[in-house]
Amino acid sequence: MSVLTSDVGSPYVDPERRDLVRRKARRDALVASVSLIAFVVAALVLIARSPGWPTVQDLFFNAEAFKKSFPEVLSAFWLNVRIFLIAEPCILILALLIALTRGSTAPVLFPLRVLATVFTDIFRGIPTILLVLLLGFGVPALNSDYITNEPVFWGGVALILSYSAYVSEVFRAGIESVHPSQRSAARSLGLSATQTSRYVVLPQAIRRVIPPLLNDFISLQKDTALVSVIGPIEALRQAQIDSSFTFNFTPYVVAACLFIALTVPMTRLADYLNRRAADQRGHGGG
Amino acid sequence: MTSALLHVDSVHKAYGSNPVLRGIDLTVDAHEVVVLVGASGSGKSTLLRCINGLETIDAGRIMLDGVLEVSAPDADLDSVRKRVGIVFQSFNLFPHLSVLDNVTLAPRKVLRVPRAKAEFSARELLSRFGLGDKAESFPDRLSGGQQQRVAIVRALAMDPDLMLFDEITSALDPQLVGEVLDVVRELSESGMTLVMATHEMTFAREVAHRICFLEAGAVLEQGPPEQMFDHPVHDRTREFLTRSRVR
Repeated sequence: MSVLTSDVGSPYVDPERRDLVRRKARRDALVASVSLIAFVVAALVLIARSPGWPTVQDLFFNAEAFKKSFPEVLSAFWLNVRIFLIAEPCILILALLIALTRGSTAPVLFPLRVLATVFTDIFRGIPTILLVLLLGFGVPALNSDYITNEPVFWGGVALILSYSAYVSEVFRAGIESVHPSQRSAARSLGLSATQTSRYVVLPQAIRRVIPPLLNDFISLQKDTALVSVIGPIEALRQAQIDSSFTFNFTPYVVAACLFIALTVPMTRLADYLNRRAADQRGHGGG
Repeated sequence: MTSALLHVDSVHKAYGSNPVLRGIDLTVDAHEVVVLVGASGSGKSTLLRCINGLETIDAGRIMLDGVLEVSAPDADLDSVRKRVGIVFQSFNLFPHLSVLDNVTLAPRKVLRVPRAKAEFSARELLSRFGLGDKAESFPDRLSGGQQQRVAIVRALAMDPDLMLFDEITSALDPQLVGEVLDVVRELSESGMTLVMATHEMTFAREVAHRICFLEAGAVLEQGPPEQMFDHPVHDRTREFLTRSRVR
């Protein structure tokens, strides 16, 4: 939204005071930088000179093993990214539908309301890894001609079910956080219940739940690794294979770095949005 | 039925075991300005919310135009609300929409007016009430008085036959009350049918065609302002109006 505009002329700031404030800011930045560099150097020296370091380095940060496994783990990681990219939109849609169903009041939708509640209770209660195993091994065991036996598919379905249950609760909290007077105002203008949800309640609710939703995104990015337990060769599984050949743990570190590279931007974005939301609340806006 | 625009016939309404309206009667003709006065809890707001169908009633009848029964359990409330606008004490603008979108949302989505046409009428209405330069602003950048005027314009944009004002100045700083009352004054002069609950007695006396004094969920006494203020029949009415006027 726009910056606060003032129509009383430009604000007056005492120049002497402003210079003092700036000088202090510069000094603080300098102290922080020097302190950081000193700390990092000290830590590196301490680590490198500790007696066990060469063994640790060889086992976890082996340059040769890194070079060898990086391309393999990276290409396997592409599967994690694909699972995430397909699962996430499905989760958002399914979760929103569940949240809307649970918030509906029409008598004819009663069976759906019960179904949505049972769905959330069940899939929020089952550990995700159990669900992955159950669907990934269980469904192919049915030997049905009508459904796929592809483990990646069933792993993805397990993630979608589990996360939809969580995310629907996030949506529901957002919807319930919109004050009832907003609904009254919309209804009093002649908007139907559906129009009120779509144009008045949901836009406000979704804006409020974006930061917590991003948290769930980050969590999902990591949980794509759970699919490894039913066979598909994604980053974790590839790292496991590489590692078992050489008895070196560097491939795991490679996989870890890839996950971090993917989640850090999202984490920073979530932090930024959270901070902005807090600022807006602080200024009484939004 | 009568030719009255609004007919409230012995309506009862309770919240749980707490009766708020106890057989209230009220008739409002087209172009009439009726002001509801009475202590807090006398049922003014509840009555307005019932007329708009925001609350269901327990007994009695509310008729619009003598044909449309607002109070029927299966009433088509959306069509009632297209004709009856309400403005609340707490503005209730939509914070995620600009002033222009706040005003055009209902005409576009409910009456299916094309966007360009809805925006043209909205800008005209906004200018008429001194808000022409605020069309693109968001509600949190407006003063309370401006927000309340936008809320009135938003209700007017549906071109209602009847407007309900529920203590629309009670949440405002004293210096902002005047600009909102000016809007009400202009509406009453333009012939809009108004039913308003208010504590602004001077203003009530000035604009009202009729004043209804509510007590304990019923109309105790009603009449033209001069009669109500100067020669009330009931002691309770006299007591309430004199005390309010001193305030």
